[in-house]
Amino acid sequence: MSVFVLRRLLTLLATLVGASLIIFLVLDALPGNAAQMLMGADASPDAVRALTVKLGLDQPLAVRYLQWIKGLLVGDLGNSYVYGTPVASLIAERLLLTVPLAIMAMAITVTLALSAGIYTAANHNKLGDVGVMSLTQIGIALPNFWFAILLVLLFSVRLQWLSAGGFAGWEDGIWLGVKSLLLPAISLAVVQAAILARVTRSAVLEVLREDFVRTARAKGLGKREVLWSHVLRNAMIPVMTVMGLQFANLLAGTIVIENVFYLPGLGRLIFQSIANRDLIVVRNCVMLLATMVVIVNFVVDVLYAFIDPRIKVHDL
Amino acid sequence: MAERSDMPLIEVENLGVRLNTSRGPAQAVRGVSFALKRGETLGLVGESGCGKSVTAMSLMGLLPDSAMVTGSIKLDGNELAGLADADYCRLRGNRISMIFQEPMTALNPMHTIGNQVAEPLRRHKKYSASQARKEAIALLDRVGLPDPARRVDAYPHQFSGGQRQRITIAMALACEPDLLIADEPTTALDVTIQGQILDLIADLVEERGMSMILISHDLGVIAENVQRMMVMYGGAVVESGPTEEVFRRMGHPYTQGLFRARPKLGARKGTRLKTISGTVPELADLPSGCTFSERCPLVIDACRAAVPPMVEVGPRHGVRCIRTDVSMAERVGALTA
Repeated sequence: MSVFVLRRLLTLLATLVGASLIIFLVLDALPGNAAQMLMGADASPDAVRALTVKLGLDQPLAVRYLQWIKGLLVGDLGNSYVYGTPVASLIAERLLLTVPLAIMAMAITVTLALSAGIYTAANHNKLGDVGVMSLTQIGIALPNFWFAILLVLLFSVRLQWLSAGGFAGWEDGIWLGVKSLLLPAISLAVVQAAILARVTRSAVLEVLREDFVRTARAKGLGKREVLWSHVLRNAMIPVMTVMGLQFANLLAGTIVIENVFYLPGLGRLIFQSIANRDLIVVRNCVMLLATMVVIVNFVVDVLYAFIDPRIKVHDL
Repeated sequence: MAERSDMPLIEVENLGVRLNTSRGPAQAVRGVSFALKRGETLGLVGESGCGKSVTAMSLMGLLPDSAMVTGSIKLDGNELAGLADADYCRLRGNRISMIFQEPMTALNPMHTIGNQVAEPLRRHKKYSASQARKEAIALLDRVGLPDPARRVDAYPHQFSGGQRQRITIAMALACEPDLLIADEPTTALDVTIQGQILDLIADLVEERGMSMILISHDLGVIAENVQRMMVMYGGAVVESGPTEEVFRRMGHPYTQGLFRARPKLGARKGTRLKTISGTVPELADLPSGCTFSERCPLVIDACRAAVPPMVEVGPRHGVRCIRTDVSMAERVGALTA
């Protein structure tokens, strides 16, 4: 088991190093000079050059890369070109919104998808199966920002239950914060849930055809008991794989959704920083997103080994 | 309970099963009748698709929902056909158990073998977890799994095919069923293991006084392991009787064909295996009259006209053929051929 985790950890580190290289090189290759952007088009060349030196942008590529990595390791991400404040605290503040949003969206996704997937598989080819599967078909086809606008029209404009945008913060109680993230989380979750529900359904149906399901029935277990105690655990492997991949989609989705709902989260920070050429913020934010995705997939890999006793042996 | 021992444990009357296949509805089993007393053993022989497994699954009540079952299946006089699934669940794994063909896939890879063997005990006998575990170890020991106390927490993938079949046997026997159905229990195993597993099953059947229905396509397995046998073809029983009697005086051309088709030890190299000409007919479009008529060497027009009746050719020995006068006269020397 520990060898298995260790190997996965090494893969994780290698992935992160690769990701950091790509992020650094791509952002460096972008046209435009941050110093020029900051000082405006009519700044004197001397002043621009002085700022370039001050920001360390005159150093060779390799030196700047290593400085960035060193900073990452000690938690010093530098200062934002635009705000002048430390990037680390800027990101930390935004994470207070985006992490709960992602967790809520993932929780809604998993709840909807597993219940719909298991229900439809258990009622294979019956009316409920066909009905729910048609709904997921629609769900997959919905663009999330458009669905978000529909939700706002219904719950904010017509019913006036929830606000149309903005974030209440966590200071006035958790419920207020959750309430302002509810619509964004639902809009993020619906498409993902539709996909995951279909994956769950086909995974469960596939396991239901296995011989050991017949064995379990021959032991006297009812259909429902077989489903819960024998089928689901076997079906979880493909479902979790897709869940891990969907987490990346979800993070990407926050960039759009946070803009639709005027939420001061990480997605909106990235969007604004790109617009402002605040590349030091962009670089660190993208690195953070990459790290989150890689870690989630690492956790999924380790969970496989917990669920499936065969995996430890295969990988040792 | 003298009267009870006289009553058949399981009594099947005119069983018919209609399945929905991809090629349309098919009568997979037709007019199968037999009775089995406590401690009696019965073999079902035939090629793939002859209805022997479907017969077994209908006894277990595990046919697909779309299957149509007609006729009657009685266990100790109680009708099982049409029983609600919840009631059937109380019988399965408890009074009727089954061993399947594929030990490699018959066990759940995610659960320890101990839990899988203990499951019927917990369910039917309401054993506590520790009681069930202790009993599971005893059962695994009885079926000859080495070091059961230590290996009870291992997973199926850590065992060989033969060991896994021992585990499924332990599982099937956990609640001391009255009837054991073994569906090709050794077909997927190495030849050297086959004998051991069959001996184990025979010992356990005798030791616990169970009745057994053994399904096999292998006449040798049937000859050595059951008291009575039924030969099935195209969903119907074409010959039945005490095993010794049937082997001594095979009456149906199909039974004789099966017997001739077995590989023989000491045959000269290059000798072709004898086969039954033609192929097993699709159940969806069986010929009218005798189902074997298209492949039978002795076929006459009358064979195609109507389904032949069961003809009594010996003590409890029936043959569904109108040409037994010829087939059983020509059979002379068949056993040595």
